[in-house]
Amino acid sequence: MTKPPSASRFRPARRLASLSDHGGLVAEIDRRRLLRGGFSLGALAMLTGCDVTDDDAVQRGLRAVSGWNDRVQAALFRPDKLAPTYDRAQVVRPPRFNAYYGIEDVEPVDGAAWRLELAGLIGDRRPWTLREINALPAQTWIYRHVCVEGWDYIGQWSGPNFRLFLERIGADLTAKYVAFRCADGYTGSIDMPSALHPQTILATGYADEPIADPFGYPLRLRTAVKLGFKNPKWITAIEVTNSYPGGYWEDRGFNWFSGL
Amino acid sequence: MTRQMHPPAIRIMHWLNALAMLVMVTSGWKIYEDEPLFGTVRFPDAITLGGEAQGALQWHYAGMWLMVANGLAYVVYGLATGRFRRLLLPIRPGELLATVRDALRLRLGHDDLTRYNPVQKAMYVGVLAIGFVQVISGLAIWKPVQFAELTWLFGDFQGARIAHFLGMTAIVLFVFVHATLALIVPQTLRAMLTGNPGGTR
Repeated sequence: MTKPPSASRFRPARRLASLSDHGGLVAEIDRRRLLRGGFSLGALAMLTGCDVTDDDAVQRGLRAVSGWNDRVQAALFRPDKLAPTYDRAQVVRPPRFNAYYGIEDVEPVDGAAWRLELAGLIGDRRPWTLREINALPAQTWIYRHVCVEGWDYIGQWSGPNFRLFLERIGADLTAKYVAFRCADGYTGSIDMPSALHPQTILATGYADEPIADPFGYPLRLRTAVKLGFKNPKWITAIEVTNSYPGGYWEDRGFNWFSGL
Repeated sequence: MTRQMHPPAIRIMHWLNALAMLVMVTSGWKIYEDEPLFGTVRFPDAITLGGEAQGALQWHYAGMWLMVANGLAYVVYGLATGRFRRLLLPIRPGELLATVRDALRLRLGHDDLTRYNPVQKAMYVGVLAIGFVQVISGLAIWKPVQFAELTWLFGDFQGARIAHFLGMTAIVLFVFVHATLALIVPQTLRAMLTGNPGGTR
């Protein structure tokens, strides 16, 4: 059974942008929230005019622990540990949609005009066409997609193995990060060991069909060892780098490593 | 000098644990809000911690270190000093039932607060066991691939979420009973602040 698309956090980015045009109204709402918050557990901190989490020192502390948690997760990561796999009969069709906006706002990518740009520590940075991607040997994986929100589903993804692709383009496999840029402006990055994990692929297909527009056509990342938001869709550029690239949600406070 | 009922180490760990639990439960409620397990069970922002999901997640994954480090220290201390054996054991079913009967007749004596009655022993051992399972289900949710075997114990990812939620519910109920009784018999609260119940013996 598929659940309806989440109507929670992945939408507000645009709504907030339009709200900023109504500063006075927003301030008024904030004041009301502050009053309502009188009973909240953060009441003590609110007396000084700030939410516990918004306080600069607290925020720095929490981000520092999040950075520590990145290192702990990297240490826990076992490159040869495979995620559980499932049967074709368990595959959910269609997959569950998520983005920082609603499914109705998806702008389809033209596969014929699409190019995959390469940058950074890569030997051959020539752009790839979809035809060239599709000519690579593909593999199919049926594993779980786990969203940071708490939902999950079993999906069947196919496309070239990412390690094979990185080797083919002469990427520096000792580099720290692989970063992604997407057609919708989304950005993301993962650590190299996760990029080289056997179940990490550049997905072009879902359930024996080309990926449908809302789920990343023509090319998205699928990895079994990261939360859903670490699997960028509609990828247009890949960079291999040693300087921390961050990402859309990571820059907004979500843990960077986010390994499963 | 006689031994204090609650030595300083125990009191420090008790209140650190209270703080850690407050952080874990209230941030957990905010995380839950993104994908509620039970439609009617919701947690208004006013009683959650973290502001938004990412803030709540940051608190949860920071609080877990305090919770686990403090909990480990407590278990090592309890085993090494014999405190667990002295205060929490043995629990005899017959005595447990007798104490429940006395309590229901409002004839439960608490002349000596330095010795736990069988119901207290069962509650404390029970909440420690639930706390342990809570750590396991938490790991199963955090790392369903690296610790896939733990996730399997709960069926699947959603099973681990449900177990984690039920564990939280049991702990919150325990805290409610625990705090209510501590307020009804304030000497117990004094003991956890100063080391001894004081007052009449």
